[in-house]
Amino acid sequence: MRENAMSDTIVPGRWARFRDSYLLYSFKRDLVAQVSLVLFAMLIFAAVFAPWLAPANPYDLAQIDIMASELPPFWIDGADPQYLMGTDAQGRDLLSTILYGLRVSLIIGFGAVLMQAAIGVSFGLMAGYLGGRVDAFLMRLADIQLSFSTLMVAIIVGALVKAIFGGATFSEYAVPLLVLIIGLAEWPQYARTVRASVLAERSKEYVDAARVMGLKSRRIMFRHILPNTLSPIFVISTVQVANAIISEAALSFLGLGMPETHPSLGSLIKSGFDYIQSGSWWITLIPGAVLVILVLVINLLGDWLRDVLNPRLYKG
Amino acid sequence: MTAAVSQHDPKASAALAGHRENDTAAPLMEIRNLYKRFSLSGDFLEQLKFKGGKLVREQEHVHAINGIDIDIRRGEALCVVGESGCGKSTVARTVMGLLSPSQGEIHYDGQRVDHLSAKELLPYRRRMQMIFQNPYASLNPRMTIQQTLEEPIRLHHPDWSKERVRDQVRDVMDSVGIDPDWGSRFGHEFSGGQRQRIAIARALAVDPEFIVADEPISALDVSIQAQVLNLMMEAQQKRNLTYLFITHDLAVVEHFGTRVAVMYLGMVCEIAPTGTLFAKPRHPYTQALLSAIPRLEDDRPQHIRLQGEVPTPVNLPSGCVFHGRCPHANERCRQEVPALIDVEDGARVACHGVEEGRL
Repeated sequence: MRENAMSDTIVPGRWARFRDSYLLYSFKRDLVAQVSLVLFAMLIFAAVFAPWLAPANPYDLAQIDIMASELPPFWIDGADPQYLMGTDAQGRDLLSTILYGLRVSLIIGFGAVLMQAAIGVSFGLMAGYLGGRVDAFLMRLADIQLSFSTLMVAIIVGALVKAIFGGATFSEYAVPLLVLIIGLAEWPQYARTVRASVLAERSKEYVDAARVMGLKSRRIMFRHILPNTLSPIFVISTVQVANAIISEAALSFLGLGMPETHPSLGSLIKSGFDYIQSGSWWITLIPGAVLVILVLVINLLGDWLRDVLNPRLYKG
Repeated sequence: MTAAVSQHDPKASAALAGHRENDTAAPLMEIRNLYKRFSLSGDFLEQLKFKGGKLVREQEHVHAINGIDIDIRRGEALCVVGESGCGKSTVARTVMGLLSPSQGEIHYDGQRVDHLSAKELLPYRRRMQMIFQNPYASLNPRMTIQQTLEEPIRLHHPDWSKERVRDQVRDVMDSVGIDPDWGSRFGHEFSGGQRQRIAIARALAVDPEFIVADEPISALDVSIQAQVLNLMMEAQQKRNLTYLFITHDLAVVEHFGTRVAVMYLGMVCEIAPTGTLFAKPRHPYTQALLSAIPRLEDDRPQHIRLQGEVPTPVNLPSGCVFHGRCPHANERCRQEVPALIDVEDGARVACHGVEEGRL
């Protein structure tokens, strides 16, 4: 790591190594990354603690007052100070609804990426390490999967579930279903990236050394090769979280995602879209702005991470 | 080497070996008529080609190893030398089971090992280990030295206690001259020589009896090469190891090897005890190779300049693979593949000229 590392006998701990790392160094010099991380942390905090932060519970029908619908946010005349960001068409407090919606969007975003990563990383590892027929089969499977767009898969699955189990069941299980749909639709991104890194790692001698030792393929894949392919996995994970959130918003906007009784940012935008002509623009634009900031911030962090972890630029 | 030799029955082969070596101990490793081909043509669809209006299936291969027979005796250091691309490393990797042979057999301690499954091979993995060429790539960058060294011990001795594993790691680090307190460091914190010591420690950790070393010092600084070589010789004496040592450095061979096998284009041209080979090289290729060693004395004849290039291993020459560059080649050399024949001093040479007494 450093030139003098050999001379002193004190071994640097994990924290000390992180403190001296190139990752932290470049973070300290990158204002965009710092601002992005702060905003991202705030959004995550707001989403996690939504039940405590939100002034009202948008899921509780008893708290909704239809007479208070379409009230503007506080800086516009006619606002009720009780509703900081105004109310939507059903009289729900918009700030609370956005906080809860942010929560739903982030759960679906991260859940879908976890699912993509689980499928994609294992398939990519197997394809890259085992090669041959396994590789050909899994990569053709990925090609087929990529030839369906996420929207198409979602429309088909959504329509099937609605037809078989009814709309009420769909609404009840909307979150896990969306995680499943978006997770299944985009795993090839992971599989291809991981496969490419595995092919590069597999030819290195430490993998041969592990094979000569007699280790099982699974242990070599997960214990030896996977830790050395983590950088690209981290980078695409950030991009994929943003993509999954956007996909969910798009599906919800088309009416295939979260129901309006349990809105995500996307379904909130959709529910306000009908009122944008009648002057109640805030119902759509404020959740829209939150969505844009969330996705932008994640993408900026991903960009920074890609630059830092790029082995050609990395000088650790 | 030729079809005639490769097809004879095992009994005759054993009798021949006994006659040849004059000792009763069976060799630790026997490589029998080994071939290794790598396909260049891709999958089935890519092999189909139109030729003269007909659809034909064409397959091209790199012939990396073309029928070699080598015995490795207990306690010896057998060096394999040859220029780049002659199949030395392929021999090492095939012997270790990293590649599976296209044809031929590999016997270890009397047991055939080349067709065993990974599970059946596990007991042999403990007894045979490998040291790699590039110490910068042979240590997992995400594992500490302690983890790297503990892994093979835990795998092969699952019943050992934590303390016993740790003691074994300390012992083996001590024996290669690495401070056992450095265990929590990562590979990239060490120099090339130290890394190669760690790689040797990993090979020694499970107390093997046979070690394949694939150019273990060629990636190291010249000042470090001797240290690592001495470490390996010391380990050989202390632990009674047998080496298969792949190298292209003839000075190392002279210092290290008990016997030497000279390879050219996937074939063994000459195999002899080190002293015999250096004193009296018989095969024209060995003679050319040895004359290329720079010496301080000036009284030797000019070194032998070979004409042309090494032929491509995709289209092997007919007959003796060396005939295109051999100054003594005749019609028989162009037609017939020479077999290894016994000559005096325990040497074996594959050359028609030597057999006929022309050279």
